[in-house]
Amino acid sequence: MQHDIYIYLLLMSAVTLAIRILPLTLIRGQIRSRFWRSFLFYVPYVTLAVMTFPAITQATQTPVSGTLALVFGIALAWYGASLFKVAAACCLVVFLSELFLL
Amino acid sequence: MHTLLKSNRQVFLEGIHDGTPIALGYFVVSFTLGIAARNAGLDPLQGFLASFFNNASAGEYAGFTVIAADAPYLEIILITLVANARYMLMSCVVSQKFRPGTSIWHRIFVGFDITDEIFGITIARHGSLNPYYNYGAMALALPGWSLGTALGVVAGNILPGSVVSALSVALYGMFLWVIIPPARTNRVVAGLVLLSFALSFAASLAPVLSSCSSGTRTIILTVVIAALGAIFFPIDEQADPIADDEEGGDDHAA
Repeated sequence: MQHDIYIYLLLMSAVTLAIRILPLTLIRGQIRSRFWRSFLFYVPYVTLAVMTFPAITQATQTPVSGTLALVFGIALAWYGASLFKVAAACCLVVFLSELFLL
Repeated sequence: MHTLLKSNRQVFLEGIHDGTPIALGYFVVSFTLGIAARNAGLDPLQGFLASFFNNASAGEYAGFTVIAADAPYLEIILITLVANARYMLMSCVVSQKFRPGTSIWHRIFVGFDITDEIFGITIARHGSLNPYYNYGAMALALPGWSLGTALGVVAGNILPGSVVSALSVALYGMFLWVIIPPARTNRVVAGLVLLSFALSFAASLAPVLSSCSSGTRTIILTVVIAALGAIFFPIDEQADPIADDEEGGDDHAA
Protein backbone atom coordinates (compact mmCIF):
# COMPACT_ATOMS: atom_id res chain seq x y z
CA MET A 1 0.00 0.00 0.00
CA GLN A 2 1.78 3.13 -1.24
CA HIS A 3 -1.13 5.52 -0.73
CA ASP A 4 -2.64 6.75 2.52
CA ILE A 5 -6.24 5.61 3.07
CA TYR A 6 -7.05 8.84 4.91
CA ILE A 7 -5.99 10.91 1.90
CA TYR A 8 -8.16 8.74 -0.34
CA LEU A 9 -11.09 9.30 2.02
CA LEU A 10 -10.44 13.04 2.20
CA LEU A 11 -10.42 13.42 -1.59
CA MET A 12 -13.46 11.22 -2.02
CA SER A 13 -15.45 13.11 0.62
CA ALA A 14 -14.42 16.53 -0.72
CA VAL A 15 -15.65 15.63 -4.21
CA THR A 16 -18.95 14.16 -2.95
CA LEU A 17 -19.68 17.12 -0.70
CA ALA A 18 -18.84 19.64 -3.42
CA ILE A 19 -21.23 17.85 -5.79
CA ARG A 20 -24.03 17.95 -3.23
CA ILE A 21 -23.54 21.37 -1.73
CA LEU A 22 -22.38 23.65 -4.58
CA PRO A 23 -25.62 23.71 -6.63
CA LEU A 24 -27.68 24.29 -3.46
CA THR A 25 -25.55 27.23 -2.36
CA LEU A 26 -24.90 28.75 -5.80
CA ILE A 27 -28.48 28.65 -7.09
CA ARG A 28 -30.07 31.10 -4.64
CA GLY A 29 -33.24 32.21 -6.38
CA GLN A 30 -36.04 30.68 -8.39
CA ILE A 31 -35.01 29.65 -11.89
CA ARG A 32 -37.17 31.59 -14.40
CA SER A 33 -36.62 29.67 -17.62
CA ARG A 34 -39.63 27.53 -18.38
CA PHE A 35 -37.45 24.82 -19.89
CA TRP A 36 -35.20 24.50 -16.83
CA ARG A 37 -38.11 24.66 -14.43
CA SER A 38 -39.80 21.84 -16.35
CA PHE A 39 -36.56 19.88 -16.61
CA LEU A 40 -35.92 20.08 -12.87
CA PHE A 41 -39.54 19.19 -12.18
CA TYR A 42 -39.28 15.96 -14.19
CA VAL A 43 -35.76 14.95 -13.05
CA PRO A 44 -36.76 13.33 -9.73
CA TYR A 45 -39.41 11.05 -11.19
CA VAL A 46 -37.25 10.08 -14.15
CA THR A 47 -34.10 9.45 -12.16
CA LEU A 48 -35.83 7.38 -9.46
CA ALA A 49 -37.64 5.35 -12.15
CA VAL A 50 -34.38 4.75 -14.01
CA MET A 51 -32.71 3.60 -10.79
CA THR A 52 -35.60 1.29 -9.86
CA PHE A 53 -35.95 -0.80 -12.99
CA PRO A 54 -34.36 -3.15 -13.94
CA ALA A 55 -32.18 -2.84 -10.78
CA ILE A 56 -34.93 -4.15 -8.46
CA THR A 57 -34.99 -7.42 -10.42
CA GLN A 58 -31.22 -7.78 -10.07
CA ALA A 59 -30.99 -7.02 -6.35
CA THR A 60 -32.75 -10.21 -5.28
CA GLN A 61 -31.65 -13.83 -5.41
CA THR A 62 -33.95 -14.46 -8.36
CA PRO A 63 -35.39 -11.94 -10.85
CA VAL A 64 -38.91 -13.29 -10.29
CA SER A 65 -39.04 -12.20 -6.62
CA GLY A 66 -37.72 -8.74 -7.53
CA THR A 67 -40.35 -8.41 -10.26
CA LEU A 68 -43.09 -9.42 -7.82
CA ALA A 69 -41.85 -6.77 -5.39
CA LEU A 70 -42.02 -4.21 -8.20
CA VAL A 71 -45.62 -5.12 -9.04
CA PHE A 72 -46.78 -5.12 -5.41
CA GLY A 73 -44.88 -1.92 -4.67
CA ILE A 74 -46.50 -0.11 -7.62
CA ALA A 75 -49.97 -1.37 -6.67
CA LEU A 76 -49.66 -0.33 -3.01
CA ALA A 77 -48.18 3.07 -3.84
CA TRP A 78 -50.93 3.59 -6.44
CA TYR A 79 -53.60 3.11 -3.76
CA GLY A 80 -51.85 5.46 -1.38
CA ALA A 81 -50.13 3.13 1.11
CA SER A 82 -47.60 4.78 3.43
CA LEU A 83 -43.86 4.82 2.81
CA PHE A 84 -43.25 2.23 5.50
CA LYS A 85 -45.97 -0.10 4.20
CA VAL A 86 -44.74 0.01 0.61
CA ALA A 87 -41.13 -0.62 1.61
CA ALA A 88 -42.02 -3.38 4.09
CA ALA A 89 -44.40 -5.08 1.65
CA CYS A 90 -41.68 -5.22 -1.01
CA CYS A 91 -39.32 -6.93 1.44
CA LEU A 92 -42.00 -9.36 2.57
CA VAL A 93 -42.96 -10.27 -1.00
CA VAL A 94 -39.33 -11.08 -1.80
CA PHE A 95 -38.80 -13.08 1.37
CA LEU A 96 -41.98 -15.16 0.98
CA SER A 97 -41.69 -15.72 -2.76
CA GLU A 98 -38.10 -16.86 -2.39
CA LEU A 99 -39.19 -19.40 0.23
CA PHE A 100 -41.24 -21.06 -2.50
CA LEU A 101 -39.03 -20.36 -5.49
CA LEU A 102 -35.64 -21.35 -4.13
CA MET B 1 -56.15 19.24 9.69
CA HIS B 2 -53.43 21.47 8.28
CA THR B 3 -52.11 24.26 10.37
CA LEU B 4 -50.56 27.00 8.30
CA LEU B 5 -47.25 26.99 10.13
CA LYS B 6 -45.80 23.92 11.75
CA SER B 7 -43.14 24.32 14.38
CA ASN B 8 -39.63 23.29 13.42
CA ARG B 9 -39.78 20.65 16.13
CA GLN B 10 -42.90 19.13 14.59
CA VAL B 11 -41.30 19.10 11.13
CA PHE B 12 -38.15 17.57 12.60
CA LEU B 13 -40.24 14.75 14.09
CA GLU B 14 -41.89 14.19 10.71
CA GLY B 15 -38.41 13.85 9.25
CA ILE B 16 -37.53 11.29 11.91
CA HIS B 17 -40.74 9.40 11.12
CA ASP B 18 -40.02 9.23 7.39
CA GLY B 19 -36.32 8.66 7.99
CA THR B 20 -36.92 5.50 10.04
CA PRO B 21 -37.45 3.06 7.15
CA ILE B 22 -34.58 4.75 5.32
CA ALA B 23 -32.25 4.25 8.26
CA LEU B 24 -33.25 0.58 8.57
CA GLY B 25 -32.66 -0.02 4.88
CA TYR B 26 -29.39 1.88 5.05
CA PHE B 27 -28.19 -0.15 7.98
CA VAL B 28 -28.50 -3.37 6.01
CA VAL B 29 -27.13 -2.04 2.73
CA SER B 30 -24.20 -0.32 4.43
CA PHE B 31 -23.43 -3.51 6.31
CA THR B 32 -22.67 -5.19 2.97
CA LEU B 33 -20.76 -2.07 1.94
CA GLY B 34 -18.66 -2.51 5.08
CA ILE B 35 -17.66 -5.93 3.81
CA ALA B 36 -16.35 -4.29 0.63
CA ALA B 37 -14.52 -1.70 2.76
CA ARG B 38 -12.93 -4.43 4.83
CA ASN B 39 -11.75 -6.17 1.67
CA ALA B 40 -10.21 -2.87 0.51
CA GLY B 41 -8.19 -2.68 3.72
CA LEU B 42 -10.22 -0.14 5.70
CA ASP B 43 -10.54 -0.37 9.47
CA PRO B 44 -13.92 0.27 11.19
CA LEU B 45 -13.16 3.95 11.86
CA GLN B 46 -12.21 4.52 8.22
CA GLY B 47 -15.37 2.74 7.11
CA PHE B 48 -17.39 4.97 9.44
CA LEU B 49 -15.73 8.14 8.13
CA ALA B 50 -16.12 7.15 4.48
CA SER B 51 -19.84 6.53 5.00
CA PHE B 52 -20.47 9.55 7.22
CA PHE B 53 -19.04 11.99 4.70
CA ASN B 54 -20.15 10.28 1.48
CA ASN B 55 -23.39 8.44 2.27
CA ALA B 56 -23.45 7.01 -1.25
CA SER B 57 -23.49 3.30 -1.95
CA ALA B 58 -22.27 3.19 -5.56
CA GLY B 59 -19.86 6.09 -5.04
CA GLU B 60 -18.30 4.53 -1.96
CA TYR B 61 -18.13 1.11 -3.50
CA ALA B 62 -16.34 2.58 -6.53
CA GLY B 63 -13.97 4.43 -4.21
CA PHE B 64 -13.18 1.26 -2.26
CA THR B 65 -12.18 -0.52 -5.47
CA VAL B 66 -9.70 2.32 -6.15
CA ILE B 67 -8.31 2.04 -2.61
CA ALA B 68 -8.06 -1.75 -2.94
CA ALA B 69 -6.06 -1.31 -6.17
CA ASP B 70 -3.76 1.27 -4.50
CA ALA B 71 -4.41 3.41 -7.60
CA PRO B 72 -3.33 7.08 -8.04
CA TYR B 73 -5.21 9.70 -6.00
CA LEU B 74 -6.53 11.29 -9.21
CA GLU B 75 -8.45 8.11 -9.90
CA ILE B 76 -10.55 8.31 -6.73
CA ILE B 77 -11.41 11.92 -7.58
CA LEU B 78 -12.60 11.00 -11.07
CA ILE B 79 -14.51 7.88 -10.12
CA THR B 80 -16.28 9.66 -7.24
CA LEU B 81 -17.18 12.50 -9.59
CA VAL B 82 -18.75 10.11 -12.10
CA ALA B 83 -20.46 7.80 -9.61
CA ASN B 84 -22.00 10.66 -7.61
CA ALA B 85 -22.72 13.16 -10.40
CA ARG B 86 -26.46 12.52 -10.15
CA TYR B 87 -26.47 14.24 -6.75
CA MET B 88 -25.59 17.44 -8.58
CA LEU B 89 -28.88 17.22 -10.48
CA MET B 90 -30.72 16.46 -7.23
CA SER B 91 -29.05 19.38 -5.51
CA CYS B 92 -30.25 21.68 -8.35
CA VAL B 93 -33.78 20.37 -7.86
CA VAL B 94 -33.68 20.88 -4.09
CA SER B 95 -32.34 24.44 -4.58
CA GLN B 96 -35.73 25.25 -6.12
CA LYS B 97 -37.59 23.84 -3.10
CA PHE B 98 -35.96 26.34 -0.74
CA ARG B 99 -37.67 29.58 0.05
CA PRO B 100 -35.48 32.30 -1.52
CA GLY B 101 -33.42 33.87 1.24
CA THR B 102 -32.87 30.61 3.13
CA SER B 103 -29.55 30.93 4.94
CA ILE B 104 -26.39 29.42 3.49
CA TRP B 105 -25.99 27.20 6.57
CA HIS B 106 -29.31 25.48 5.97
CA ARG B 107 -28.30 25.01 2.33
CA ILE B 108 -24.96 23.47 3.33
CA PHE B 109 -26.40 21.12 5.96
CA VAL B 110 -29.28 19.96 3.77
CA GLY B 111 -26.82 19.49 0.90
CA PHE B 112 -24.56 17.44 3.14
CA ASP B 113 -26.93 14.49 2.98
CA ILE B 114 -28.77 14.56 -0.34
CA THR B 115 -29.01 10.85 -1.01
CA ASP B 116 -31.34 9.08 -3.44
CA GLU B 117 -33.71 8.26 -0.60
CA ILE B 118 -33.64 11.54 1.31
CA PHE B 119 -34.03 13.34 -1.99
CA GLY B 120 -37.04 11.11 -2.64
CA ILE B 121 -38.87 11.98 0.57
CA THR B 122 -37.85 15.64 0.22
CA ILE B 123 -39.46 16.10 -3.18
CA ALA B 124 -42.53 14.11 -2.11
CA ARG B 125 -43.42 17.00 0.23
CA HIS B 126 -45.43 19.81 -1.26
CA GLY B 127 -44.67 23.43 -0.78
CA SER B 128 -41.34 24.94 0.14
CA LEU B 129 -38.83 22.94 2.09
CA ASN B 130 -38.34 23.25 5.83
CA PRO B 131 -34.71 22.14 6.42
CA TYR B 132 -35.67 20.64 9.79
CA TYR B 133 -37.50 17.89 7.91
CA ASN B 134 -34.21 16.86 6.32
CA TYR B 135 -32.39 17.18 9.65
CA GLY B 136 -34.88 14.76 11.20
CA ALA B 137 -34.37 12.23 8.43
CA MET B 138 -30.59 12.69 8.53
CA ALA B 139 -30.52 12.24 12.31
CA LEU B 140 -31.38 8.58 11.79
CA ALA B 141 -30.16 7.90 8.26
CA LEU B 142 -26.59 9.12 8.70
CA PRO B 143 -25.82 7.07 11.84
CA GLY B 144 -27.65 4.08 10.32
CA TRP B 145 -25.48 4.25 7.25
CA SER B 146 -22.12 4.94 8.89
CA LEU B 147 -22.50 2.61 11.89
CA GLY B 148 -23.75 -0.11 9.54
CA THR B 149 -20.60 0.28 7.46
CA ALA B 150 -18.36 0.13 10.53
CA LEU B 151 -20.16 -2.98 11.77
CA GLY B 152 -19.84 -4.55 8.34
CA VAL B 153 -16.08 -4.03 8.53
CA VAL B 154 -16.01 -5.66 11.96
CA ALA B 155 -18.48 -8.49 11.57
CA GLY B 156 -18.35 -9.39 7.91
CA ASN B 157 -21.12 -11.39 6.38
CA ILE B 158 -23.35 -12.70 9.18
CA LEU B 159 -26.80 -12.01 7.70
CA PRO B 160 -28.27 -14.94 5.74
CA GLY B 161 -28.62 -14.43 1.99
CA SER B 162 -32.42 -14.61 2.05
CA VAL B 163 -32.60 -11.72 4.54
CA VAL B 164 -30.15 -9.57 2.56
CA SER B 165 -32.13 -10.29 -0.60
CA ALA B 166 -35.44 -9.31 1.00
CA LEU B 167 -34.11 -6.15 2.62
CA SER B 168 -32.34 -5.01 -0.53
CA VAL B 169 -35.66 -4.11 -2.18
CA ALA B 170 -36.74 -1.77 0.65
CA LEU B 171 -35.02 1.15 -1.01
CA TYR B 172 -36.73 0.47 -4.34
CA GLY B 173 -40.07 0.26 -2.55
CA MET B 174 -39.33 3.73 -1.25
CA PHE B 175 -38.63 5.00 -4.77
CA LEU B 176 -41.94 3.57 -5.97
CA TRP B 177 -43.71 5.30 -3.11
CA VAL B 178 -42.27 8.59 -4.39
CA ILE B 179 -42.95 8.24 -8.11
CA ILE B 180 -46.22 6.30 -8.37
CA PRO B 181 -48.76 8.65 -6.66
CA PRO B 182 -47.73 11.66 -8.83
CA ALA B 183 -47.83 9.37 -11.88
CA ARG B 184 -51.43 8.61 -10.98
CA THR B 185 -52.46 12.26 -11.05
CA ASN B 186 -50.18 13.56 -13.81
CA ARG B 187 -50.22 11.78 -17.16
CA VAL B 188 -46.93 13.26 -18.33
CA VAL B 189 -45.18 11.99 -15.21
CA ALA B 190 -46.80 8.59 -15.75
CA GLY B 191 -45.57 8.49 -19.35
CA LEU B 192 -42.07 9.56 -18.37
CA VAL B 193 -41.90 6.94 -15.61
CA LEU B 194 -42.89 4.22 -18.07
CA LEU B 195 -40.42 5.54 -20.64
CA SER B 196 -37.72 5.58 -17.94
CA PHE B 197 -38.40 1.95 -17.01
CA ALA B 198 -38.27 0.93 -20.68
CA LEU B 199 -35.15 2.88 -21.63
CA SER B 200 -33.34 1.90 -18.44
CA PHE B 201 -34.03 -1.73 -19.24
CA ALA B 202 -32.92 -1.26 -22.86
CA ALA B 203 -29.76 0.57 -21.76
CA SER B 204 -28.82 -2.28 -19.44
CA LEU B 205 -28.68 -4.51 -22.53
CA ALA B 206 -27.43 -2.05 -25.20
CA PRO B 207 -23.85 -2.58 -26.44
CA VAL B 208 -22.10 0.64 -25.35
CA LEU B 209 -24.34 1.84 -22.54
CA SER B 210 -24.38 -1.45 -20.67
CA SER B 211 -20.62 -1.23 -20.20
CA CYS B 212 -20.95 2.15 -18.46
CA SER B 213 -21.40 2.14 -14.69
CA SER B 214 -25.01 2.24 -13.53
CA GLY B 215 -24.36 5.74 -12.14
CA THR B 216 -23.32 7.00 -15.57
CA ARG B 217 -26.30 5.36 -17.24
CA THR B 218 -28.59 6.98 -14.69
CA ILE B 219 -27.23 10.43 -15.50
CA ILE B 220 -27.41 10.01 -19.29
CA LEU B 221 -30.95 8.63 -19.22
CA THR B 222 -32.17 11.18 -16.68
CA VAL B 223 -30.89 14.12 -18.69
CA VAL B 224 -32.26 12.81 -21.99
CA ILE B 225 -35.71 11.78 -20.71
CA ALA B 226 -36.27 14.82 -18.47
CA ALA B 227 -35.18 17.11 -21.33
CA LEU B 228 -37.67 15.40 -23.67
CA GLY B 229 -40.37 15.95 -21.07
CA ALA B 230 -39.40 19.61 -20.66
CA ILE B 231 -39.37 20.22 -24.44
CA PHE B 232 -42.64 18.52 -25.29
CA PHE B 233 -44.58 19.01 -22.05
CA PRO B 234 -43.35 22.20 -20.36
CA ILE B 235 -45.05 22.77 -17.02
CA ASP B 236 -47.31 25.74 -16.32
CA GLU B 237 -45.48 28.82 -15.13
CA GLN B 238 -47.31 29.25 -11.84
CA ALA B 239 -48.92 26.08 -10.61
CA ASP B 240 -47.33 23.15 -8.86
CA PRO B 241 -48.36 20.45 -11.35
CA ILE B 242 -48.88 17.81 -8.67
CA ALA B 243 -50.73 19.76 -6.01
CA ASP B 244 -51.27 23.27 -4.86
CA ASP B 245 -48.91 24.70 -2.25
CA GLU B 246 -51.62 26.17 -0.06
CA GLU B 247 -53.99 23.27 0.22
CA GLY B 248 -51.86 20.32 -0.81
CA GLY B 249 -50.27 20.00 2.59
CA ASP B 250 -47.84 17.21 3.09
CA ASP B 251 -50.11 14.36 4.01
CA HIS B 252 -48.22 12.31 1.45
CA ALA B 253 -45.28 12.40 3.79
CA ALA B 254 -47.14 10.40 6.42
